[in-house]
Amino acid sequence: MKRFAWLVLGGLAVAGVAACGGGPKPQTPAPQPNADSAAAAEQARRDSIERARQDSIARAMAEAERNRRQREADSLAALGRGAEAVRTLLATLIHFDFDKANIRAEAAAVLDPKIAILQANPNLRIRISGHCDERGSDEYNLALGNRRATSAKQYLVSHGIDGGRIETVSYGEERPLAPGHDEAAWAQNRRDEFEIISGGEALRQP
Amino acid sequence: MRQADGRTAGRAVGGCVAITLFLSGGPPARLSAQDTSAIDRGVRVGIIYRPGVRPGLVVLPAKNPILDSVRTIIARDLDYSDRFELITLPGGDSLHVSAAAPAARAAPAAPRSSGRSASPSERQGGPASPGLNYPLYQALGADFAVALGVMADSALVSVHDVAAAGVRREYRAWLPPLKDPRFRLAVHRLSDRILEATLGLPGIAATRILFVMDGKVDMIDQDGADKKLVSSTDHQAMSPAWGSDGRRFAYMEFWAGRGQLFVQDLATGKRGAVATTGHALDFTPAFSPDGKTLAFSRATDEGTDVYTVNIKDNCCLQRLTVGRFSDNLSPAYSPDGQRIAFVSTRAGSPQIYVMAADGTDQQLFAPFDYGATGASFAPDWSPDGQSVAFHRDVGGTYQVFVLDVRTRVVRQLTSVGRNEDPTWAPDSRHLCFVSDRAGYRQLWIVDVETGRIRSLLPQSGARLPAWSPRIPEAPASNP
Repeated sequence: MKRFAWLVLGGLAVAGVAACGGGPKPQTPAPQPNADSAAAAEQARRDSIERARQDSIARAMAEAERNRRQREADSLAALGRGAEAVRTLLATLIHFDFDKANIRAEAAAVLDPKIAILQANPNLRIRISGHCDERGSDEYNLALGNRRATSAKQYLVSHGIDGGRIETVSYGEERPLAPGHDEAAWAQNRRDEFEIISGGEALRQP
Repeated sequence: MRQADGRTAGRAVGGCVAITLFLSGGPPARLSAQDTSAIDRGVRVGIIYRPGVRPGLVVLPAKNPILDSVRTIIARDLDYSDRFELITLPGGDSLHVSAAAPAARAAPAAPRSSGRSASPSERQGGPASPGLNYPLYQALGADFAVALGVMADSALVSVHDVAAAGVRREYRAWLPPLKDPRFRLAVHRLSDRILEATLGLPGIAATRILFVMDGKVDMIDQDGADKKLVSSTDHQAMSPAWGSDGRRFAYMEFWAGRGQLFVQDLATGKRGAVATTGHALDFTPAFSPDGKTLAFSRATDEGTDVYTVNIKDNCCLQRLTVGRFSDNLSPAYSPDGQRIAFVSTRAGSPQIYVMAADGTDQQLFAPFDYGATGASFAPDWSPDGQSVAFHRDVGGTYQVFVLDVRTRVVRQLTSVGRNEDPTWAPDSRHLCFVSDRAGYRQLWIVDVETGRIRSLLPQSGARLPAWSPRIPEAPASNP
């Protein structure tokens, strides 16, 4: 849209220059003392006008192009910065207590910006994957991870997001984030991860 | 808040009382089956050996190299059966035994052999094994002696009854060449036939154990040999389970966040995806004993529930549990196929429940004290139908328990380290499980009768074992 506007502006500038160049065309049915010199002078005058016209068109077009590029670059950068922030907010993990799947207060604070982002980007679809620490039973942890993923989904749905836009999966304890075998590592591994399935090309800030 | 704390404390006290009662109430005989703290591989633990109860057996040395391998494998198999007192010949297995050495060894067995000294020594050097010195082996405490021979591509096995000073059973079986991949299984079958010939019991030598390692399914012989990868290498796998015919097994793989179940043929290695699975997170497959049905767990937005699917006709998905917002998982069929044990969180903490195979009559299986007994997981029904093994949280770590199906009495089997995911051997007497008792999680095998424990695979990270039925003779393609 903006690009089109600048093209139109550029076009107007060209038209203006053309009008200036072509406007004062002298009507000369005057007597000719020296036909040859008069014709030559006339020719030179026309050429110079034509050159000036061409030059000014080129300058105007170059200027328009430069402006257009600059604006485009500026707006892309702004857009990119925004999308990056949105992406980061969207991917922020939430964590859980041992053998629990309820959303803690700080997890809710992490989920709230995601609601706004999902509302601002109606085409956005996400996948939530639930994970567990290594202490629980291996197979039970798949069920627990599923519960963690669904409880985050339910939180989003209860705040007005269409459940059809959210997929849930569970990896149990099969994909730990932190490699250690202590509470610090376990606390990091009891988590939900959020990833974009589709609609993440041009993320709008809420 | 204060009220809640008070309640918790009350519960904890109740738990202590319950545990005390449990510990003091168990008959002393049960304690003999608990494992001890000894962790060294192959080391026998004191309390369990009752001299004179288990028959002594000697596997006679063999002269040629193939037979030597056969003998080593058979001797180990029979030792691992935990049904014999295996007698090692002094003097490096030489037949020329000095008189002094065996006397010392034979001391504990002396009372038993004295009663049998009437056996006729003239029969020494009978037709089957000329030169077999029955009085010597009797002095060593042997009730049975196994002699091995080889003829063309067959192995000859003679099982001697030492007390009767004669051959009890002789047979001949095809023996593949040493380097043939079928060699070990053929020898394991010989071991099982020896158990059959001596005690009239089916053995567990010709069995294998599936397990998960590094996100893949591996298989290993019950004696710890021949480990090999059986699942695909490009997807993370879990939860292997055997079909009751021993010819195929199932497992789950993660496919783009879904759980896809596969059934794989043991002999050919060919596998097929189970229809109707893979659209959700499907896991913990379990074959019905008739092989027609696969039970499994499916996790959805509503929680996890147990389903069955007909794998013979690839149809008829059926949901057995409807635990809205509770989890129901890890189904395990009874050997008669009539019932399914499973884990459910319907009462809050995960515990062991049981239902009819069609999903009706759901009830608590392994009793627990609400708020006191730890969470319980991973039931496995013994092939004789009498017990269900599972693991339960005890003080923040897991221990293996066995539920008596008839009396519903639960007893604790392990106490050292973290022990989980037990799986029964076809003799309903041995269990393979995961334990970190030696520092890291690895596979162990315990004899429930004697408490003897051995390491199956001293490699870190092996888990989720599944013990096969007896592996049947290969189909007609083999000679």
